[in-house]
Order: sequence, then C-alpha cells, then structure tokens
Amino acid sequence: MSARCKYDTTNILVVGTGGQGVMTATEILAEAAIALGHDAKKTEVAGMAQRGGVVSSHLRFGQKVLSPQISPGSADVLLGFEAAEAMRWRHMLRPDGLVLMNTGRLVPPIVELGLFDYPDDPVAEVRAAGTHVVSFDASAIALELGDIRLGNTVMLGAIADHLPFPAEVLESCILQRFARKKPEIVDLNRRAFAAGRAAAAAALRAEPDAA
Amino acid sequence: MSAHAVMSTPPAAAGSRLLMSGNEAVARAVWAAGTRVAAAYPGTPSTEILECLAGYPDLYSEWSVNEKVSLEVAFGAAMAGSRSFCAMKHVGLNVASDALMTMTLTGVRGGLVIAVADDVGLSSSQNEQDSRYWGRFAHVPVLEPADSQEAHDLTLAAFELSERFEVPVILRLTTRICHVKGVVRTGERSAHSAAGFTKDVGRWVMVPSAAGRRLPLMFDRERRLRAEAEVSPLNFAEPGSDRRVGFITSGPTYMHVRESFPEAPVFKLGLSFPLPFDSLRRFAAGCERVVVVEEVEPLIETELQAQGIAVTGKQILPLSGELSPQVLRPAIARLLGEPVPEDSTVAPMKVFPRPPTMCVACPHLGVYYTLSQLRNVTISGDIGCYTLGFGQPWNALDACISMGASMGMALGLDKGRGDNEKERKIVAVIGDSTFLHMGMQGLLDIVYNQGNVTVLLLDNRAVGMTGGQDNPGSGRDIHGNEAPRVDFVRLVKALGVREERVHLVNAYELPVLLKTLREETKIPEPSVIITSQPCVLIPDYHALKPYTVIDERCTGCGNCIDVGCPAIHVTRRDRVTKASGREVDLAFVRIESAACTGCGLCLKPCAPDAIVHVDTLAMPIKVVRKTTAPVQNA
Repeated sequence: MSARCKYDTTNILVVGTGGQGVMTATEILAEAAIALGHDAKKTEVAGMAQRGGVVSSHLRFGQKVLSPQISPGSADVLLGFEAAEAMRWRHMLRPDGLVLMNTGRLVPPIVELGLFDYPDDPVAEVRAAGTHVVSFDASAIALELGDIRLGNTVMLGAIADHLPFPAEVLESCILQRFARKKPEIVDLNRRAFAAGRAAAAAALRAEPDAA
Repeated sequence: MSAHAVMSTPPAAAGSRLLMSGNEAVARAVWAAGTRVAAAYPGTPSTEILECLAGYPDLYSEWSVNEKVSLEVAFGAAMAGSRSFCAMKHVGLNVASDALMTMTLTGVRGGLVIAVADDVGLSSSQNEQDSRYWGRFAHVPVLEPADSQEAHDLTLAAFELSERFEVPVILRLTTRICHVKGVVRTGERSAHSAAGFTKDVGRWVMVPSAAGRRLPLMFDRERRLRAEAEVSPLNFAEPGSDRRVGFITSGPTYMHVRESFPEAPVFKLGLSFPLPFDSLRRFAAGCERVVVVEEVEPLIETELQAQGIAVTGKQILPLSGELSPQVLRPAIARLLGEPVPEDSTVAPMKVFPRPPTMCVACPHLGVYYTLSQLRNVTISGDIGCYTLGFGQPWNALDACISMGASMGMALGLDKGRGDNEKERKIVAVIGDSTFLHMGMQGLLDIVYNQGNVTVLLLDNRAVGMTGGQDNPGSGRDIHGNEAPRVDFVRLVKALGVREERVHLVNAYELPVLLKTLREETKIPEPSVIITSQPCVLIPDYHALKPYTVIDERCTGCGNCIDVGCPAIHVTRRDRVTKASGREVDLAFVRIESAACTGCGLCLKPCAPDAIVHVDTLAMPIKVVRKTTAPVQNA
C-alpha cells in the first residue's frame, strides 16, 4: 500500500526559526509549483513560531496532493535556513535526499544561558549520518548584500537548481511578488537569488564526492 | 500581521485558482455567502479568518472582547435575519457555550455559522479538546472540511444548512486545516438581505415555559438533520479494491487515510453530526473490518458501536494528536499482521530545544527580570506572550490555565494559604487584552472580597501572541481606525481598587518596578501595577539607538543574559577561582546590534558599564568609571 506508486509527489521541507522567512519562502515555492499547473499543499509545524521557536514548513506538489504532511524519511530536499535546525529535521529526508544548509547560526537564549550546547559542526554531523549536504553561509551573503532579511531569497536561489522545474520559474515568482509588494527591492532580490544559486553550485562543485 | 496590514486589495475574481490557507478560504466563503456581520476574538489557529474578512467589502466585522460576546453579536444579527458568522479557537467555544446552549432552542433566522478551530497537536494552546462534543451537547450540526477547498465549500454549505433548518451550525476546523495552504477555486458573492427582527417572545425570550416549548422542536430538528446526513452530498462512500480495512473519516484525517491507503474503501463525513447511521451501516457491511479515524476523541466510533455497528478506532490509534500517515501506516499494518513500514524508523539527531522566546526589547522582559528577583512569592499567570515568563531565565510564573484565570487563582491562593505560607506574596500577571476578555470580573472579585493580591496588568496595547491584533485597550478597531480606548487606571479604580494602590509604572524602569512591587506585596490589600509600554511588533513601538558591548570592559559576570533578551550572545566562556576559593563561571557577551532596538534593559544589571550605544564606539574608550546614575535610552 505505497502512496508513491499512485501519485508522483515532490516533497520539500523548509526549516529554520521564527522570523527567518521560512514560511514565506515555502509559499513562494508553492506559488511556483501552482503556476506550472501542479496541485500543491503547504503546511507548517510552527508552534508560536514568531517567538523565535522552531519552524518547519512542508511543501508537497504534483499531479494531486492528498495529505499536506511529509512523512519522516520521505522529503526529497531539506532546505535548512539555520544550521542546527537542518540537523533537527534531517530524519525527515529520504535516504538519498539532499540537505541545502545555511551554515549561519542563530543561537537561542537557552544556549547562551549555558543550559544546552550548540553543535560544534552541524555540517559534519549530518554528513557523518550519511546524508548528502551542500552548505554555504547564506546569512553572510545576505548581510553582504545589505540586509539579513534577504536570507530567504538567497536560500531560494540555492534550491533553484534542485527542483523539478527550471530555476527561472522560481525566480520570476519571487520577483513578481516583490514587484507587487516592494518594487524598490526587486533588483536586490534578483541579486540575492543569483548569489544563493551560485553559492550552492560552488559548494556542490567543491564536494569531494561531487557527482 | 495585524488586520489593517492585510486589507485593501479587492477580492479575487470568481473562479480564480488561488493558494489559500483554510482560514483564508473560510473568510472568502463567508464573504461569498452574503454574510453581513462577522465577529471574533483572536486565537490560534483561528485568528486569520477575521483578519482576512476585515479586508472584504460590504460586510461588518469586529474584534469582540471575548468569544461569548462575538457569538452573541452574530446571533443578534441572525435574529435580525442577516447571515452572520463568528470564529474562535476551541477554548473560545467554552467561553461562548453559555450563549450557544440556549440559542439552539431559539434557532436562527439568518444563517449563523460558528467556525471553531481545534488545536489538534497543541501547537499553541493550553489543552487539546474536541469541539465536536458541542454539536452533540447543543444538538447542532457539525461540518468538518478536509482541506482548503473544502473549508471554502463547506462554509457555503453551512450557511445553506443553517437557514434551511434555522439552526446555528458549527464548522469544525483543526490547525491542519486552518494553516495549510492549498489550491482553492472561489465563487462570486451572493446577495442576502435581512428580513429584520420580528418580535416573538415565545421564540426569542427564553424563560422556562417558552424554553420548554422549544425543546421538542430542537429534538425534531435533530431527527430531520440526521435524515439530511443520509442524503447530503457532503457524506459519501468511496469504493476500494482492498476491502480488508474500510475507513470512516472526518476532517483532515480523510486526506491522511487516502494518502496512506489509496486502495481502501473510505466513507467521508463532511456533515459529521448527526451521523448517517444507515449509510454507515451499509458501508461497514461491505468491508472486512472498519476503522474510524477521527481527531481526537472517539465520538463517531462510540456512537456507531452503540448502534451495533462493528468498528474499531482508539483501540489501535492514539487518543491525542494528529492521525497523520506516519501514525496510520504502522497502526494498520499491525492490525493486519503485516510488517511495519520502515520509512519512519530513522531517529532524529540530538539538538538543543528551541522554545519560543520573548522578542528583543519586549516590555515583558523587564517585568519578568524584576519578578525573578522577588523571593517568597507565588505568581499566578495568564494566557499570552507573558506566559513565557515561566521559562528560562526568569522562572517567574507558577500557574496558568485559561483566559483571565490569573485573578481568581490568585485570590484562591491567598484565601487558601497553607500554614507555612503566612508571609507568602501573591502576585497575578495578566495582559491588557486578556484582562478585558475575562480578567476584569476576577479583579472585581479580588476587590469585593478584599484579597491580598498584587496584580500586574501588562498593557502592551495589542493581542501580542496572536500577532498584535487590536482590542478595546489599543484604541483602534479591526480596520486600524481610531476607536474609544479603555483607560485602565480609571477602570481598575472603578472596580474598587483604592487610588493609593494603583500605580502606572514604566516597564523599562526596573528599579521603580522592583520598589513598587516590593511595597505593594507588603500591603495586605488589593493593588494593581500597570505598565503601558507597547508591544514591539506594533506601530506604536519606536526603536531607539542600538547598543553594543565594549569587549575590554565586559567582566563576564553574565548578569545581562538573565534579562533573557535574544539579542545578547555569549562570545567566550571561562571559569575562574575567586579569592574565597569559590569557582565562578564567566560568560563574555556581545550584542547583536542589528537586532537591538535600544530598550536599555541589559544596561541596568551591567556593573562595569560595558554596554554603550553603537556610535559611542567611534570615540576613544574612556577609563571605566563606576556610576549609579540611570542611563538614558534615547
């Protein structure tokens, strides 16, 4: 009784912390899928997300989507907006799935108080668990472009070449959205998207086991 | 996002294929149904319904002070013949239930739909209750959509049903409906005029004799609704080739079942109360076994068993939480004696927890930092952002159950003191909106019965936790337009708190706050300390110049970390042995200046004056000079 035999659905899990733009990024991915005629559902596990808590946003698209939730072990791509959060959700990925990880860290008060430790090297730990990781510092790229809030566009750039549709479809969805809401930052987002795309491509090339 | 930020674009054309959350889809359909009056009190996961509705034309919408009032407003409009609507989270219907339990006797004229959103999985609530019970309790129909499109379509169906049977209808949503976005095709708005209120004391004045005459009508209506459930297109069976297990589902579990068992027969209940027993009996007869998949209590299951229909459910499925594919697949495999699927066997990696925090510069930070310094105190808490005060680093909230309960609980903690608690201070903490929702009555009780309670009323001019919505304390209505604003000082005095016992204190003035708290908790009578600094998420808040840390001055004492501001980060830890021989942990800090909005709370506990405005760094650093003078924020 496997569902995948009947419906061919793409599962993308976007994770991070409240305030990073995780939910907005997933919504843009969903809009791109819908623009191509797919059915799509997007859902969050976001308990009090805007208070800096954990956010994981599920996107499923394909011919027909039933349950909105991605089951553990079945995400095709894990887009990690924050290093430790990518670790937290790694078990959601299918065995041959891909993690695109921002190495930028957001350290919560609970760690600053000395009650818990932040992992020493999230990239290495996820790799050691046998998962394919492509990592880059999206936060630094966003800051270089002048605003940390560009981080989600950088991350969307990073996933753009790992989708079952052309990167340009996603890019135009992002730019149209900003054209509607904040036309003055369309160009900045275009650059952020390109920078994220280039960073992920460079990280992929630099890997020892690059295919 | 507050309501006035989302409104203004005209409604999308009929037939549009839109990505909508369940909440947005309900709002669209409420508007399309020709509804004239809509009311709600914000509550996760239902909040966005009214936020969206406020942006639609030709419809009155309001934030009500609580859910009971919102339902009464909607009912009043329905008596006048208008289609009307209210939305609330599950616990809101507990508050509104008093009104519901009698309006079911009068019935309605215009269609009345009550959207109630259950927080299955407890993403942001104090309990996980099943609102479908209210359908049974109040003898009103319950509709359960399975995704955004159904949220839209069943809302329209609910209005039709409500008017045809003259009954309030419950539209039961869950978090997994409200906050899932899916593709929705929408329709046009249909016009519905109001016939106006017709006087009829036998129907609208529920004194015992009149209510007694309405009871048989209510039971007859339920019988007719059950017949409707047998023929309604909202209830249907889908045949399947694998008849070893058939499934009876309602709400989002339909999608999870279809996803997990594409070949199984499924009975989908859109109108899930009253149950169509005959149809379900026929469905069950065609399957080897039947499993009822419902969130969360075994209501359908129990009622079918009472009818002698052999079904199982909660014997093999969890009694709480969502019944998603990852839960269903292994449970059904075990039922069939098949191997459990392996796709969910990878253990999560160990990572620190990341609980929600208060915002950078939140006025509650100073309040809880101060409360954490009080000794021999019990702190009775309430529902809102400030509930987070129970956690690290403050550990300064000892109880929280329901909206407004901090008041009554505090009085009870005072009157029921243990023998070892004679000197115990009792403090109650409540926010502005929660106070107006259900806390005022509790304070009145404290005053009337002369409780020895110090109330901290944290007025941040917004319903903070749900995203900064307006309320009667914010001075703005749901559209962001100016509205009469409650004067909390005058209000608590009017409730009977003595003038000398009411204090308006700046939440960022920590020494004043601490002194006032110490004094008031010593005086054995009701007192109220009000803070009025705005929520940092609303336009009333104005950011100030950010701060930074001079590395050379930081001594690693870590006092500033205890404020709990998420903009303070540790750069280096150390351990030193003091002259006394005691080992001390040091934590040297930096401030994320891009996030800092200059509230200055972290300056107060910083002894070496290591925290300065960012632009101060451009000047040469002066020799450290101890000072006790308060540092200016601006």
